Amino acid sequence: MNFVALQMLLGDRAKYLGLIFAVAFSTFLMSHQSSIFAGIMRRTTSQIMDVPDANLWVMDRKTQYFDEVKALTDDDLYRVRGVSGIEWAVPLFKGTPRAKAFDGNFRVVIMMGVDDATLVGAPRSMVLGTVNDLRRPDAVIVDRVGYEFFFPGQAYELGKTLELNDRRATIVGIYNSSAPFQNLPVFYSRYSQAINYVGRERNLLSFVLAKAAPGISDAEACRRIEAATGLHAATSSQFGWQTIWYYIAHTGIPINFGITIGIALVVGTIVAGQTFYIFTLENLKQFGALKAIGVTNWRITGMILLQALLVGVIGFSIGIGMTAAFFEITKNNLDLRGFSLLWQIAAGTGATVLLIVMAASLMSIRRVLVTEPAIVFRG
Amino acid sequence: MNAISEISAVDDFRYVEVEQSAVSARRVTKEFGSGDNRVSVLRGVDFEAPFGEMTLLVGPSGCGKTTLLSVIAGLLDPTGGQISVLGQNVGQLSGSESIRFRRKNLGFVFQQYNLLPALTAAENAAVPLLAAGVPRKRAVDRASELLAELGLKDRLRTLPSQLSGGQQQRVALARALVHKPRLIVCDEPTSALDHETGHAVMDLLTKVAVRDDRAVIVVTHDSRVFQFADRIAHMDDGRIVKTEAPEESRFAAARN
Repeated sequence: MNFVALQMLLGDRAKYLGLIFAVAFSTFLMSHQSSIFAGIMRRTTSQIMDVPDANLWVMDRKTQYFDEVKALTDDDLYRVRGVSGIEWAVPLFKGTPRAKAFDGNFRVVIMMGVDDATLVGAPRSMVLGTVNDLRRPDAVIVDRVGYEFFFPGQAYELGKTLELNDRRATIVGIYNSSAPFQNLPVFYSRYSQAINYVGRERNLLSFVLAKAAPGISDAEACRRIEAATGLHAATSSQFGWQTIWYYIAHTGIPINFGITIGIALVVGTIVAGQTFYIFTLENLKQFGALKAIGVTNWRITGMILLQALLVGVIGFSIGIGMTAAFFEITKNNLDLRGFSLLWQIAAGTGATVLLIVMAASLMSIRRVLVTEPAIVFRG
Repeated sequence: MNAISEISAVDDFRYVEVEQSAVSARRVTKEFGSGDNRVSVLRGVDFEAPFGEMTLLVGPSGCGKTTLLSVIAGLLDPTGGQISVLGQNVGQLSGSESIRFRRKNLGFVFQQYNLLPALTAAENAAVPLLAAGVPRKRAVDRASELLAELGLKDRLRTLPSQLSGGQQQRVALARALVHKPRLIVCDEPTSALDHETGHAVMDLLTKVAVRDDRAVIVVTHDSRVFQFADRIAHMDDGRIVKTEAPEESRFAAARN
């Protein structure tokens, strides 16, 4: 009877396509918006994840997320270094000076200052140049977004100069950065140099990057730092999630995306459910005839579920294909970098689509099950 | 008429008594609704449909013909009385047993054909076999052979919407016969057809459906098809008021 079920569905071309469209549209909206949301949340942690050398972040207890930092004192760095079980600790500066090209083009940039001696925290995915060149005078490493903004249409070339708060900065390297939340250019320089690019404040130490000694777990190291210094210590992952939760809790971003995803879910369910129900109503006499002939309710339920499953699989495939195509087409756009279709989102959307088609078929199943087969004898 | 002649397996789940009458109803009642809204549609029906005969159930609209047919077919449970179909007291069957009984033993011809619009003629005729779990190719081949016998050899792959009313009813007839049931119930099989086509369908029904080991019950109010009956049961106000055998019928000829 599976063959009969599929023929019934495919035979009504208009409703079949309507069902497919509803599910595909719903799938596309849910997976696309979820991916953008996940991408934005991932962007909020970019500068954390771009530091592969250290896995412990130490900050003021009141620091809620990466982009809003209460500066530490230089003493804090030494206190962390003095904690038992910490192999090493280095300073990290984060500021937002204004950079200006010689043609007058200017923009606020994110300036990261890494430890002068070790360069811990510097980027590793270099396009041109080396991290060690940061040791040269006035040296900065700039990401591709920054370079292409300040030198549009020009080939990648080292040695070009910019002004950072009226101070000279020479580009000694170009690297691939993870996209930051605000999509600003991200510069790196030595700590001692970076603090001179921003206005003087009493304290300038943003974070202390640290590494646990061999045999000491990250969790234990964090506990020891917090106990010894009164500062907040977290692993990269914990700090990343702390930042993400801040944006989820304190911005309208999740609500905006949630509304869109919710609308997609509701519209998809309603349109698919209504179309499926009409399809069933129009075939009610045929279902009644099948019941009279001796097809069981279980078999008819299976037929309807098979129809729903086929619609779900085809609609989901089209919708998820559209989402994947979108991110494939836009993957080289620097403004949209960092957005991609995660397998978790594809799987979650698939499960949701399954719920949609099951919900859509429930009304139809109920209608058919309560239909008396004697209906076929009523002209 | 009620003598028990043998014991035979008519279904795969139990042995039942086989009678000479395919259908035997005694004082069958059927009520719908309850309380003040209760409506008695069947008011003590006595009815016989012997094997090897075509029995017509006739009467004015609303007299209970279709309800009686539904009760005989196991699609409705009687409120009272006894009804034996192919020796089986259908009132004692559970829901699933009733479905299996229908699937194996009954063939249906409906007034509006009720063919599945997306299936070809051969696939439509094969539905009872598919419902019984017969593989698709074998079922469609068997249905195609039957349709060829019914004169639709060239229309096997045609959709119902591209068939005339008479052709659709022949497909419905093939669907009723394909699994070789022992009782065929037809509800107004000619009402949607013109006289000539209706005559042809009834002629075909008489030739291919009526056999010694099978009974055919036809509900109709089309007096033009009475000539095909071996027996005519007249219903009025929920009762069988008269049963007769037309003089020109095969039944009457055999009796004489």
